[in-house]
Amino acid sequence: MLQDLARHETPGHELPAVFQNWFESRGWQPRPHQLALIDHAARGQSVLLVAPTGGGKTLAGFLPSLIELARAPQRRKSVLHTLYISPLKALAVDVARNLEIPVAEMGLAVRVETRTGDTPPSRRQRQRYNPPDILLTTPEQLALMLANRDAGRMFESVRAVVLDELHALANSKRGDLLALGLARLERLAPGHRRVGLSATVADPEHLQRYLVPQPPGGMALSALVLGKPGAKPEIAISASESYVPWAGHLAQHAMPDVMNAIRASKTALVFVNTRSQAERTFQELWKVNDENLPIALHHGSLAAQQRRKVEAAMTRGDLRAVVCTSTLDLGIDWGAVDRVICIGAPKGAARLVQRIGRANHRLDEPSRALLVPSNRFEVLECEAARDAVLAGELDGETRHRGGLDVLAQHVLGMACAAPFDADSLFLEVTSAKSYHDLSREDFDKVIDFVATGGYALKSYDRYARLRRTPEGLWRLAHPRLAQQYRLNVGVIIEDPMLDIRLQARGKPTGTGGRVLGHIEEYFVEQLTPGDSFIFAGSVLRFEGIRETSAYVTRNNATEAQIPSYQGGKFPLSTFLASRVREILAHPEKWSKLPHPVGEWLRIQQWRSVLPEPGQLLVETFPRGSREYLVCYPFEGRLAHQTLGMLLTRRLERMRMRPLGFTANEYALAIWGLRDMGGVDMDRLFDEDMLGDDLDAWLAESALYKRTFRNCAIIAGLIERRHPGREKTGRQVTFSSDLIYDVLRAHEPDHILLRATYEDAGTGLLDIARLGDMLKRIRNHIVIRRLERVSPLAVPALLEISREMVAGEAHEDILREAEDDLVKEAMRLE
Amino acid sequence: MSEIAVNGETLLLDATGALYWPAMRMLIFSDMHFEKGSSYARRGTMLPPYDTRATLARVTALVKHYAPRHVIALGDSFHDDEAADRLDDVERKLLLALSKAADWIWIAGNHDPEPPPWLGGQIAEEVAIGGLLFRHEPSATPFAGEIAGHLHPCASVTRRGRTLRRRCFVSDGTRLVMPAFGAYAGGLDVREMAVRTLFPDIFRAYVLGARQVYAVAA
Repeated sequence: MLQDLARHETPGHELPAVFQNWFESRGWQPRPHQLALIDHAARGQSVLLVAPTGGGKTLAGFLPSLIELARAPQRRKSVLHTLYISPLKALAVDVARNLEIPVAEMGLAVRVETRTGDTPPSRRQRQRYNPPDILLTTPEQLALMLANRDAGRMFESVRAVVLDELHALANSKRGDLLALGLARLERLAPGHRRVGLSATVADPEHLQRYLVPQPPGGMALSALVLGKPGAKPEIAISASESYVPWAGHLAQHAMPDVMNAIRASKTALVFVNTRSQAERTFQELWKVNDENLPIALHHGSLAAQQRRKVEAAMTRGDLRAVVCTSTLDLGIDWGAVDRVICIGAPKGAARLVQRIGRANHRLDEPSRALLVPSNRFEVLECEAARDAVLAGELDGETRHRGGLDVLAQHVLGMACAAPFDADSLFLEVTSAKSYHDLSREDFDKVIDFVATGGYALKSYDRYARLRRTPEGLWRLAHPRLAQQYRLNVGVIIEDPMLDIRLQARGKPTGTGGRVLGHIEEYFVEQLTPGDSFIFAGSVLRFEGIRETSAYVTRNNATEAQIPSYQGGKFPLSTFLASRVREILAHPEKWSKLPHPVGEWLRIQQWRSVLPEPGQLLVETFPRGSREYLVCYPFEGRLAHQTLGMLLTRRLERMRMRPLGFTANEYALAIWGLRDMGGVDMDRLFDEDMLGDDLDAWLAESALYKRTFRNCAIIAGLIERRHPGREKTGRQVTFSSDLIYDVLRAHEPDHILLRATYEDAGTGLLDIARLGDMLKRIRNHIVIRRLERVSPLAVPALLEISREMVAGEAHEDILREAEDDLVKEAMRLE
Repeated sequence: MSEIAVNGETLLLDATGALYWPAMRMLIFSDMHFEKGSSYARRGTMLPPYDTRATLARVTALVKHYAPRHVIALGDSFHDDEAADRLDDVERKLLLALSKAADWIWIAGNHDPEPPPWLGGQIAEEVAIGGLLFRHEPSATPFAGEIAGHLHPCASVTRRGRTLRRRCFVSDGTRLVMPAFGAYAGGLDVREMAVRTLFPDIFRAYVLGARQVYAVAA
């Protein structure tokens, strides 16, 4: 096995004296994996280092470069030797700071610099003609530098590339962008070696392939080094023997437990899944924080200045706890953190490992974690996740193919650098693992798209952005396009955001006001002036929107009227879902569950049934004046929402008159006016729903249109920004919907619609996962017709519906708005 | 379809965003913005070049349905002054066939001060018929009987935590602003000053639904 081979590899190289002395002066011994990396580097090999946090992983990545630079004092000045890529600019800056220490202490003549979005233009300019020995940057900055006309000169000297937190990058569009950048780098600096640094992953082979150029039709792997695993973490699950909520995500009942855990820690990180949960948890904690322990709040919507303040306080050790979201999953190490508290569903075992790893950066001591489930299903999920983490099992990676939209952006970037030959660019691109399976036909379509939009029925030849030179190369048609490219580079499309401005009460709305942070536009749009909601830890009164700001005043109320819970971004992983199904199917495992949860399952077993792991349970029952159909696929909210849309369409056609549905991570509930017990369930759940039904729904789905918008921006069809004037998200959203409608009607096979479909397959609509589920449950549907609601169905029924049956529901909304007006006009008083 | 009175004349608001005046057998379209897509393409933004044919298909269906004697294009029919030259043969033929199916009046807009002469029909700055005056830009002061476009009004409706944004007609019973008809035409919220100042008193947004328009307090 690869794993054993890697572990038994013995380092054959001695450290140079200056390095050996430095380790000794610090009272350290170089770790085996650090020596192994030096060894691989000496042989010019690329290598993936998989190691837990706290093992000197980053230093391991840089040691070979430092040794090479120390050994070559006569080397030409001002040439780039090592490039380091991090997913976070803050991490790049922090790593640079940490790297300066050994460089200074060993007296090495090595220049280390960072380049991020915050680097001033003058310094970027200087870095181009006078680069440092080691440059630390991000995937977006790499793409920008590679699109420059003197990229060749800047990068030809590169000997090594270090990719940090590779597991967090590789399976995403940013990973695609980086993969394409690395493919170009290989051409500019052939044979340079790469070091991938990763947390523990289920499938390291995937990353080993990502690291090295893939030969045509074949496969190549980097070497693999496994660091010594850390001590097994200590994971506790907070569970009350008397009360566990049926639904909800706030875990209000458990706040005293959480507070006790904070009291018993030096510093704790309190992870939640969404921004709004962070706000609520922060408030609830302060209600029980009798000793006034310093507890802070950190999430992506807070103003950057405020976040920096919290981070600085953390570094000084001034805080006892920070309530945070996935923004702190990765990032700077804080030595003082000795406990991680995870509120809500863990969603996946790998995510949980990552979060637990944020506590205690000493390898030999266990990290301590407390899981706090906020409802009954989450109790099961927490148990499943703890078992998996302790058994060392992790979620597999979801399938990911390189996005065609990202490729389009890259093609334009390469044309900005220099005229290119399509044949050789195709070879270059397909050497990246993410694009290894790309067909030449699709590649040509992407070039065509970049050049003229790639439309079949009407051509834009005369406005082409790329033109052929007499030698057959593709060149940029106008230098202005390079400027456009630079402004649109990157694959992170934020939801349109509005500034939140706090103004003094009594002032006219829209005047003055300090910026508290940013908030999604779609959230603000559902507010009416006078509504209260929670942001930045306090209850605010919404006053109105002016231009790109939402104006608020302080509110003395302690409760907000508008709940702002939106489901988390990450669905329950397939791996964890199957483990939850296992627990359900095996009553002997229930003994470790809190009493209310065990009782809940036992009554379910008695009243209805608990499905076997391979089965899908479907229950139907009446309640009030409604008839319900509830099924339990355990495939995550996104897949369930898609399923709900498709099933309600089918039920509509079967004249069952469905009225709406709710989906959570575990179940889907549909209600309507007629008893759905008699429906042929095999027919209802047939895979063929992914054909025409899906197609018809996609035509009007808001989620799908949002996916299209993101693809269109990444691919450069719609501009993110115009030189000189920022478009507000409001305008972008509107016009991209119109473009979507027209394109879909006239050219449904267009490359951008295909990119959208592939994105939606694994993204917002999770179609791929739904397809797998439908295949799996074929002929394994268990049906129960009940006279009333079952225990398992209660959580689903308690969820509030946000998605209604499409199409007709829109009409209802408009009709109701009209009814309100009629009522107002007809009222007799 | 919804019937309203503007300055005493009875008009039908079609859910597609067109206006029909039964007494005159007249169909009115505003802000069609033909070739907005290719106008962007000239600057390097390669929008799908199918907006003109999408718009024309809807015009054709309505002309067939109402069989009008007169058609008024209320200005900004073409997105820019070279837009007509960028039409392809299919689109040009469609447009010519339409122009023969009724008597057309092309009102000049700020995007197309001079609609192309080959279209046939009359070209005018504004036209007064019965109690109504048709012009592209609404006047800043109250004007009884004015039917205008230019502003591309849209309204947002929020219910059950969801917000829909749709094009709309706006009227207070004395004057009317039409929604844009073009496939790529953007919109301006009726709460914006540019719309609100046109109507000193109560006015309504007639929001376009799938099959009918819905009257909503603005």
